[in-house]
Amino acid sequence: MSGSDAGRRQFLAWGAGAVATLTLAPGVLLLQPAHGRAPAEAASGKVRWGMLIDTNQCATGCDACVTACNRENGLSGGTRETDSQWIRKMELEDPRTGRKTSLPMMCQHCEKPPCVDVCPTGASFKRADGIVLVDKHICIGCRYCMMACPYKARSLVHENLADQKPDVPRGKGTVEACTLCVPRVDRGEHPACVEACAAAGHGAIVFGDLNDPASEIAQRVAKYPSVQVRADLGMNTGVRYQGI
Amino acid sequence: MRSKAKSALLALLLSLAVGAGWAISQAREAPAGRVPKPAIAPAKGEQCVEPVDFMRRNHMQLLLHQRDRTMHEGIRTKRYSLKGCVECHASPTTGSVAAEQGDFCQSCHSYAAVKIDCFECHASRPQALAGGAKP
Repeated sequence: MSGSDAGRRQFLAWGAGAVATLTLAPGVLLLQPAHGRAPAEAASGKVRWGMLIDTNQCATGCDACVTACNRENGLSGGTRETDSQWIRKMELEDPRTGRKTSLPMMCQHCEKPPCVDVCPTGASFKRADGIVLVDKHICIGCRYCMMACPYKARSLVHENLADQKPDVPRGKGTVEACTLCVPRVDRGEHPACVEACAAAGHGAIVFGDLNDPASEIAQRVAKYPSVQVRADLGMNTGVRYQGI
Repeated sequence: MRSKAKSALLALLLSLAVGAGWAISQAREAPAGRVPKPAIAPAKGEQCVEPVDFMRRNHMQLLLHQRDRTMHEGIRTKRYSLKGCVECHASPTTGSVAAEQGDFCQSCHSYAAVKIDCFECHASRPQALAGGAKP
């Protein structure tokens, strides 16, 4: 055996070892490829951000995702009709069987969002990577989008605010909703609710690129049954649920 | 007696002149002539992202352009971001660019009688100082 051949074999062995440390099980990687873009790079239409929520893992009474969302985005946490709620915890019960289900409900980031269809000013829009947002510079606060949304996902800011978060501008007279924590996503991080759910030990929410076959979310929706809420409306939501 | 008064007047004038000179050197923007000028608060760092003359006339264009790129395309470059402005220009006393008349944005905008809406939604204080929104 020549020296160079031995070197090549050694290199291959190292490569195999490296792959073994990163792969916990087939399809489950310890390290996901980073999805962060350069700050100067525009959001890509090849990406479709989405969430998969496993209601079997979601614990009744736990509101870690809600409090994390409130903290991240500077929401008051109030639940009156006039308070902004970007994510709500819902407790469902099937009256026939008595089976209880707990799940978070927020903007479903539809592929064909009705809130965008009805917006008279173009403030409500879908970003190239599938995140549905409100451009509050253009929003006139008419609330048509709130009427159009089947998920009750949007809120109007009714009162003057002070001390907003630098990353999350919010103001009176504009409509707002879950942004999928877009400043975090642009930095390559996960939304606050996803991190909080994992930190609380439930790990019920998986966030990722539905268009990337190597991503955990794409592999899980391909392997296990999951549903869209109000799939009959044909809006192809980016948020999917398991176990409901 | 007369010479005494003269010297007293001279001393007074001298002290006034020195005082005025000191005031001018201390002023943020030296007021020249009779036209009142805004007192612009000093900022952190040596140099703004563009020359001062350019920024005074065109900062709103830069902000408008950056705002649309960030909102619609997710481009978050630091150079012309409003957050970047606030980081450098926040007042050391109020911690804000627009909380009081003397703060950076407000000093010129109140002088020019142009209302700024930016900070009804955007944080006027840097990340470190900003808290959660309060109604």
